[in-house]
Order: sequence, then structure tokens, then C-alpha cells
Amino acid sequence: MIPGLLASQNAGHSAPGFDVLTALVLVPAVGALLVVLVPRARAELLRGVAVLAAAATGALALWLLAAFEVGEAGYQFETNREWISDFGIAWHVGVDGISLFLVVLTALLFPIAILGATPAHDPKPYYAWLLLLEAGCLGVFVALDLFMFFVMFEIVLVPMYFLIGGWGYGNRVYAALKFFLFTMFGSIFMLVGIVATAFLHRDAVEDANRAERQEILAELEGEEPTPAEEARIAELEADVPLTFDVVEIAESRTIVDDSESANPVDWSAARWLFLAFAIAFAVKVPLFPVHTWLPDAHTEAPTAGSVILAGVLLKLGTYGLLRFGLYLFPDAANFFAPTLVTLGVIGIIYGAIVAAMQRDLKRLVAYSSVAHLGFIVLGTFAITSQGLQGGLLQNINHGLSTGALFLLVGMISDRRHTREIAALRGLQKVAPVFAAVFTVVMLSSIGLPGLNGFVGEFLVLVGSFLTRRWWAVVAAAGVILAALYLLWAYQRVFHGEVDEDNRGFAELTWREGAVLAPLLALIVFLGVYPKPVLERMQPAVDRLIEHVEGNSDFVSPEVGRRGEQPADEDDAGGAEAADAGADEHAEAGK
Amino acid sequence: MTDVVWLIPALPLAGFLVLLVAGRRLGEPGAGWLATAACGGSFLATLVVYAGLLGEEEHSRSSVTTLFEWMPVGDLQVDVGFLADPLSIAMALFITGVGTLIHLYSIGYMHGDADFPKFFVYLNLFVFSMLLLVLGSNLLVTFVGWEGVGLCSYLLISFWFTDEANASAGKKAFVTNRVGDWGFLLAIFLAFATLGTVDYGELAAGAGELAGVTATAIALLLFLGATGKSAQIPLYIWLPDAMAGPTPVSALIHAATMVTGGVFLMTRVNPILAAGYDWAPDVIAWVGVVTAFVAATIAVAQNDIKKVLAYSTISQLGYMFLAVGVGAYVAAVFHMITHAFFKALLFLGSGSVIHGMGGEQDMRRMGGLRKVMPVTAATFIVGWLAIAGVPPFSGFFSKDEILLYAWGSGGAQGRALWAIGLVTALLTAYYMSRQVFMVFFGEPRWDEPVAASAGAAAADGGEAGDGTAGEAGHAEVRPHESPWQMTVPLVVLAVLSAVGEVINLPFTDDLHFLERWLHPVVGANEAHIDVATGTKWALAVGAAVLALVGILVAAAVYLRRRVRAVEPSVLAHAWYYDEAITRFAGGPGTRFFEAVAWFDAHVVDGAVNGVAALVRTGGRRLRAVQSGFVRSYALGISAGVVVLLGYFIARLYV
Repeated sequence: MIPGLLASQNAGHSAPGFDVLTALVLVPAVGALLVVLVPRARAELLRGVAVLAAAATGALALWLLAAFEVGEAGYQFETNREWISDFGIAWHVGVDGISLFLVVLTALLFPIAILGATPAHDPKPYYAWLLLLEAGCLGVFVALDLFMFFVMFEIVLVPMYFLIGGWGYGNRVYAALKFFLFTMFGSIFMLVGIVATAFLHRDAVEDANRAERQEILAELEGEEPTPAEEARIAELEADVPLTFDVVEIAESRTIVDDSESANPVDWSAARWLFLAFAIAFAVKVPLFPVHTWLPDAHTEAPTAGSVILAGVLLKLGTYGLLRFGLYLFPDAANFFAPTLVTLGVIGIIYGAIVAAMQRDLKRLVAYSSVAHLGFIVLGTFAITSQGLQGGLLQNINHGLSTGALFLLVGMISDRRHTREIAALRGLQKVAPVFAAVFTVVMLSSIGLPGLNGFVGEFLVLVGSFLTRRWWAVVAAAGVILAALYLLWAYQRVFHGEVDEDNRGFAELTWREGAVLAPLLALIVFLGVYPKPVLERMQPAVDRLIEHVEGNSDFVSPEVGRRGEQPADEDDAGGAEAADAGADEHAEAGK
Repeated sequence: MTDVVWLIPALPLAGFLVLLVAGRRLGEPGAGWLATAACGGSFLATLVVYAGLLGEEEHSRSSVTTLFEWMPVGDLQVDVGFLADPLSIAMALFITGVGTLIHLYSIGYMHGDADFPKFFVYLNLFVFSMLLLVLGSNLLVTFVGWEGVGLCSYLLISFWFTDEANASAGKKAFVTNRVGDWGFLLAIFLAFATLGTVDYGELAAGAGELAGVTATAIALLLFLGATGKSAQIPLYIWLPDAMAGPTPVSALIHAATMVTGGVFLMTRVNPILAAGYDWAPDVIAWVGVVTAFVAATIAVAQNDIKKVLAYSTISQLGYMFLAVGVGAYVAAVFHMITHAFFKALLFLGSGSVIHGMGGEQDMRRMGGLRKVMPVTAATFIVGWLAIAGVPPFSGFFSKDEILLYAWGSGGAQGRALWAIGLVTALLTAYYMSRQVFMVFFGEPRWDEPVAASAGAAAADGGEAGDGTAGEAGHAEVRPHESPWQMTVPLVVLAVLSAVGEVINLPFTDDLHFLERWLHPVVGANEAHIDVATGTKWALAVGAAVLALVGILVAAAVYLRRRVRAVEPSVLAHAWYYDEAITRFAGGPGTRFFEAVAWFDAHVVDGAVNGVAALVRTGGRRLRAVQSGFVRSYALGISAGVVVLLGYFIARLYV
């Protein structure tokens, strides 16, 4: 019927005996339900159930990782079930190299967040919300149906709202409300976008069918159609069902941007739709200037909430921009790429500067997220293999390092009942191991080579240098600022002579160490040997770039031209890339 | 035998890992000995690889050992691999050799420190990183080492972190270096974008095809990185502060090895530099010679024993960049090696003095120490003669080689570079003699209060006095000679400083061992100068005479006290450059950051809260409508009816 549908079936991976992705979403959801059923008084049991459910999800994710076929570009473990069939809404799930590691990261961070911090009160709803949150996050990453994606995207909001509002710090109600309203604001645009996308897609298919039917009839010129033609005509005359299937809509390329005009009124649907999605994701990432919910939400959230917020929730935005921006509307994405890249780079510099001036350690870490996420957006919209993979890797890296930083700040806050940098001093003297762990995580965040952060940042920068040269040049300066604000904070908190208030600061316990150990191990491992991750991402990313190239003006930059200017390169996409050559022009002119 | 090259960095890495896990259990001095053994083993491994390379034909003295694929992404292929060639092995030899001596020395120097094992954890990590830097087979592995040594530098400068000044110095070093790293990173991007590779072999092969502007850009961006790591103008400001670290660290990292990383890098990428515009090397030469001169003038007026050596290091590194700039790569490496010997010696000697003086670093409170610290004094004097350029010590030959190439590079520019270099040599002889006379000769001033000698005491260098193994007690100072772990490395280094020139003596071509050895790497782009033998002798003799003049003047001032010392405060304050930057960062810089933070809190977030407030106020107003009184609703309905009626009636008639 629609050629694109075939593309979604190329997931040649042998379907497992059970639907592992659905199980991934359901296990934490069922866990949440079980937590609800456990009596309120049994605090230990509540925690046990929560840990078990999260651990089981983690195990499933690890199994997924092991079974994932390397070198495969398409979706694997795909399942497509009817869900709300009247509206063509399906339970369509699948992972490819792009979503795989986000799923694994989510499933890994939740048990760590649950183990790493205990709620001050009311454990029952706390654990139930956390597990529901996990189900929602995983649902977002595996959804291949727009509607399902939206539902999951919104489900995430509710538990997070209650977690911040219920278990947060001083200004929690304000922060929770701000978080909720901000995200809802974006979601409204996305909902409109999703519905419009589905209907416009159907209209376009109907138009195409009608045209084809006319063509067949015209060719027949009144003659009797063959049975095959007759069947085809009947097929074309049938009602086109509404569909929300991401793959189908993206691959069939029915909603294209054919506008030549820069006049916004003339913009074709794809650009408006892209904008609708992009606003929702920009809030989630968050991009400058819609980022101000983040410092409040991160700072006021309980430790586990901050870990998940930074580690997973922000990635809903960057993942969305990639899957529902670049993939669904490649041409529009290419058109808006300079804007998004600019906002990303502003975020890198601006986030770092504001972070440097924070007095609250947790708020500082929160602002560092603005800077880090800027790198991801830069890499994504560089639309190069290195940029996209670097961005994806940076999603993981940021989840690990910022997740660990929030855990550490949470531990400081639990011990000292303050997060004011000015109130902390000389902690390295009394807690050297704690300080060492903090140092490693901080260095990962700074992007020290040998640790994970560098690989991601480097790939983002080198990838964006190819297509967005001057943005990359500015963004690279963010590397200086990151060192500045983190080392300064470290100095104020850990260096210096320890004073009376901080003398009693307790050393890292074994339990805390055990929670942090997997994060540290991954920080080192991904820095030294990122290949297992990269080789799983590569085919999917390459396929995405081809998809963008095939459906927009974008032209992949050619590497290794020794600075010579190719004669016929004058389109928008290649213009940036040709900068290297443009310099030569000047020289040749001499 | 070159395939064991991986063993060279692997041994210090192993040492680091073992010490990380078991350092505390090993304690003192076990941890120190283990670290020394790891570094020594690495030296032996380097010797094996060296022998292996020697056995090869000259043109095949280069082998790459790839360990694993690091970042294979699309067109980008980055492997973790080691390049064993004459340049990298020459570097590795003196890094591990001098490194082992300094490890040994540290066992004595760090005696009694509470964090003794941790010191050696960092030291081994440093040696590992430094070896990555020089042995890496591509720009990115070098960059890993580059940042790794920067990290170790940070950790070791702020080793005694309870003192805020030390902590600040460490941070300053790291952040300043990051400014340079920005250039390094951009150079990597540009190399990849234009040549499609970051591998040294492929870069060298492809450099010839590079457009001039691209090659120039890559070379100068790398040079920006080098000015950070090798403390050149404009980024040198971190190095004097870095003296806050324990003295063995200053010797190893901030004199002998890490700071030469930039010179190494420029030597490594010589094909790219050669492919650039002609003025690109001139930039490097001028930055080098101006740095050499400026730093030497500052060294003249410092009173902190380590600060003098710090500025001296900056100055000597300037010479090396001058050499690179005039295409004298061999001379650059030659001076790098002899400098590693005599500057490590001088730092370790000063460490021995500080150790013996119970932590005192102010030279005005020293004097006459040659009587109580004979070994330290004797070896320090060898180092002094070497750096001052007195024949036949090593520094004379390597420095003379650089000046000769500067002279030979021709034109007015060549003469100017040479002249500034020569004046710098005079200053070097002067300030080093000043140091030796103040510390080892004259009357003991161990118990004199500093204030008596100069009013500028407090101002000089800010954090001058603090930073070593404990504050100097002004009470009773009983200088003493240091233990054998400290004096043995001094003696070895003194011998090397005295005879180090044998690796590249100028007299006959047969004696140019280093030049022949490095030929496969730099030969193609090495400058060829045409200077008559007579001129060469004249230049050499002139330089030697000038060195003696410097020494004699210093003797007149500081030994005989015939002439009043000229130590203007502008020099004591290092031309106010660092202070201006500090003031800028603390003033307008901080204010700008604060303004951005204010903008975020009040404008961006203010807009958000403003909208929220607007909605809330609007809602509150509207709420009044929902009063619940039927009569007000009825009123509203009637008003509405009237308005609607009016509207329809109006439409009928219009």
C-alpha cells in the first residue's frame, strides 16, 4: 500500500519469544501497582519491591543490550499491535541504535536512584511514583507511534510533579508547578502537531490514491480493467485509515516542505509541524530561553528526582528532537537547524556562565546541564555521523556524570543539611575518598580525555565543525568555562582548611560507594573504549543521515578535501562545509 | 624490539593502578619505591625500544603499534596507538630517565608527609600521561596525554590543598591551559576536516597538499595550545604560581617534561608548519624570543628561590620556540634535553635547600649555604654554569646552537632574533649568578627578618613565601644536608648537565649524533644555514664572554656588594601582566558573569514569572464575575441582551 511501510518491517531480527520492549514498560508499571498494594507500614518491603522491580527492568534492558544485533540499521524487537484502532493508534514499539542506549541508561539509572536515596517520609507513594515514572520514560524511548509517544511523554509529567512537590526541598511547590506548566505549555503544541501530522498524512495519501486512480482510469480509456487493475482501483478507492505510526509517516514522506519562500505565511505544513514539536522538546531539553524551570526543578527535587530529571527526563527532549524532528520532518529540520544550533551554543556558554555564579551547589550542577544539553543539540543538528553519535553518546554521558553529581550533592546535603557552597569547606581533608569520587565525576563532566565526557564532546565538536564551523569554534570555548566553574566550586567545597562545621563530615560509606561504583565504572569504560556503543549506533545514525539527505537540501560534508573548493557546491547545506575551501578562494585570488 | 613500546606507558600505568588500590597499605616508603621501580622499568623498556630502533635502517626507524580502535565514527578513525620513532623515543628516554631520578628524590623529599602514597599515585599517573603525549601515534592520543599531564599538574600543584593559595594556583594552571587546549582542539578539527585524518603519519604525508592558509591555521592553533602547556606569552601566567606544588613536581612537571610538551608538539607537526605561510614560523620565533627576554627580566628581581627558576624555565622554553621558529628543530630538542638535565638539577637543588632550611624559600634569608650543604651546593653550581652558558657545560652548546640558527636565518629579522637571544643569555647568566650568590655564598642570613633587606618584601610575588612542606618558622633555622635519596639524583643530574652536550657536539659532523638520530623526523624541514666557520667561532666565543660578563656583574652586585642591586618593582611585579589579568578577571570579568546571572534570574525567569503573575491577576479579576448572586447574573444577562439587540438593530440599518 505505502512503500514506506516496508521499511518498518525490515527489522529482520528474530522476534524473541516474548515482547521484551512491552515487558520493559510493563514491569515497572506493575511494580508501581504492587507498591500500592503493600501496606503503608511495611517500609522495608515497599523499598524491596521497588528495588526488585527496578532491578528486573534493568536486567531486561541488559538482556536487550546483549541481544541487540550490531550492524543493523532498522528497528529491532519490534512489535506492532492495535491499540485504539478506531483512530489508528497502535502499540508500536521498537528500538534501534539511537534509542537502545537511552533505554539502557534509563533502566540503569532508576535502580541507582532508588538505592542511592531514601525518601524522608511516605515511602509508599514515593516508590509508586518513581516506578510509574520509569515506565513512562521507557515508553517514550520505545514508542514508534506518535500517539503512544505523546501519552508516555505526558505520563512522565505527573509522577515527577508529585515527586518534586511531595518530597522536595524548601521551594518545592513553586518548582513543581513551574515544571508542570512549562512542560504542559510545550506539550499542547505537540498534541496539535501530532493530530495535524496524522490527518495531513492521511489527506496526502488520499490525494495520492485519487491521482493514481485517475491515472489508471485514464490509461484504460474506457477499456475493461484487468483483475489486477481492478483490485488496485478498489484498493485506491477504499478509505484510508488514520495512522499515527512514526515510521510509516516518516518513510512515506507525505508531509514534505516544498516551500521556496522565506515568508512565514507561505511556509508549508512541515515547518509548522516541526515547530510545534520543537517547542515541546525545546522546553524539555531545555534550550535557552525556556530553561528556567530546570534550575528550580533540579534544585528543589529530592535527590532521586534530580538524578532522574537530569539523567533521563532531559533526554526525552533531545531524543524527541532527533526522532520526531530530524526523522519525521528532515527538510524542515534542516531549515531550522541553524536556529537550533545557535540556541544550543548559547546554552553552552550561557549555562556555564550562570553556573559559575551560583551559590547553591545543586543549582550549579543544574545549570551545568543547560550547557551539556547544548552540546547534544549542537551535535544533533550538525547532521553528521560524528555529531549525531557524539550527541547520543553525550546523552548517556550526561546521564552518568550528572546523575552521579546529583547523588554526591545529595549526600553532601544529607550530611550537612545545606548545599550552600559558602558553608562547605575543606571536605577533602575529612573525606578523601568522597572527594576522589567527586573529582572523577567532575572530570568526566569537564570532559577530560580518558573519561566518557570527552568522547561525546569531542565527537559533537568535530562533527559540528564539518557543517557548522563557527558554532563549533564558539562551543569549544565552553570547554574552558566548564573547567572554570567546576574547579572553582571544587576548590571552595573541598579545598582549604576544614572548619568546625565541616569537621564532622562523614566519609563515603560502603553502601554509597556501591551505588556510585557502576557509574564510575561506566565513566571510565566509555572514555577508554566507547566502540561497543558507537558501533551499535553507527548504522542507525547513518541511515538517519541518508534519510535527511534524501529528503532535504542537506548535503553531507566531504571530509579530507585538503581545503580545495569543489566547483559545484552552492546549496545551503554544503555552504558551511565548504568554508574550508572558501578560505582557499581568498588565497587563490592573491 | 620496537613492538614492546606499549610497555613504556604501561608500567607507570600499572604503578598508578596498584598504588591507587594499595598505596595506603604500602605506605612510606614502600609506595615511593614501587613508583620509582615502575618509572625505572619504563626507562629500561625505552632503552630496549631505542636499541631496536638503532638496529633498523635510518629510514625505517618508525613503527606504529596499534592497541585498539578508540573512536571509529564515520570517516573519523581514531586508534589508540603508539608511534616509536627517533623523536618520541628521544623524548621518552629523558622523561623516564629524569623521571626516575625525581621519583627517587621524592622519597626523601616527601618523607613524613601524611599523603606520601598519594603523591606517588599522582607522579606515576603523570609519567604515564606524559608518555602518552609523546608516544601517541595521532593528535588525539597526544591530546589525551596533554590533558592528562595537565590534570596531574593541577592535582600536584594543589597537593597541599588546605592552603587556599595552592588550590588557586592549581585551578589557575588548569584553566589557563584549557585556553590553549581550545586551540589544540580546533587544530584537530581542522586537520580532520581538511585531511580526513588525525594520524601523524598520514598528516605528514598529506601536509604537502594542504592549502597554505589551512596549514598555517592548524600550525598556529596548535601553537596556541603550546603557549599554554609550555608557558609562553600570552598564557605563561600559570607557571610561576605552579611553584606552589612540592618541589619535585616543579622539577619534573614544570621544568623538565610537561612544559616541553608544546615544543615537542610543534616539532612533531613540522611538516604542517612547513606547508604553511612563511610568516607562521616567524610568529613562533618572535613569541619565543620575546618570552625568553621578558621572563629573564622578571627573573632578575625575584626573591623566591623557586620563582627565579620558574621564570628561568619560561625563558628557556622561549629559546626552544625560537629554535622551532627558525627551523632548528634539532637544536630545540637538544636544548630541551640539556634543559631537562640542568633545570631538573636546579629545582631539585632548590628543593634540597628548602628542605634543609625547613621550608624557607626567600633567598634573602639564605646565604652561605655551601658550607652546610656541600653536595647540594656543588651540584647546584654545575647546574648554574650549565644554564648560564659557560663552556664546556651542556647549556652552552645547546643555547649556542639556537643562537647560531637565529643568526643564520638571515636578514634583519635573523639578526634581531639573535640579538635579543644574546641579551637574554646575558640576563640568564646574571640572574642565575645572583641566585647562586644569594643562596650559597656570602654571610648566612638564616635568622634575619626579611623586612630589613627590602621594602618590597610583602609585595613581591604575592604568595611567594608560602607553599612548601610547611610554613617557615622564623625561629631557629638549622640548615642541613639532605639524605642520600635526594643527593644521588643531584649528582647524577650534575654529571649529565656537565657532559650532556656530547649527544650533539658541534665540532665535526661525526659528533652530530642527535641531528642524525632525528633526521628521519625533522630532516626534511630542518633549516640549512650557511655560516662561515670563523663566524661560528666568533658567535660562540662572544656568547661565552657575555656569559662571563653576566656572572661578573652579578658577582660585583651580590657578592662584593660594590654596586647597588637594580631590582625595579616593575620587574618584581612581572611587568604587572599577571596582576592586570587577575584584576580584570576579578573586576570586569566577574561583573560580566554576575550580570549574565542577574539577567537569567530577573529577565529570562522574570518574564516567566511575569506571565504567571499576569494570569493570576487576570484570573482574580475575572473571579469577581462568578459572585453567586442571581441578581448580578441577571444584570449581566440583561446587559448582554441589550448589547446584542443593539448590534442586530444596527446591522439592519447599516
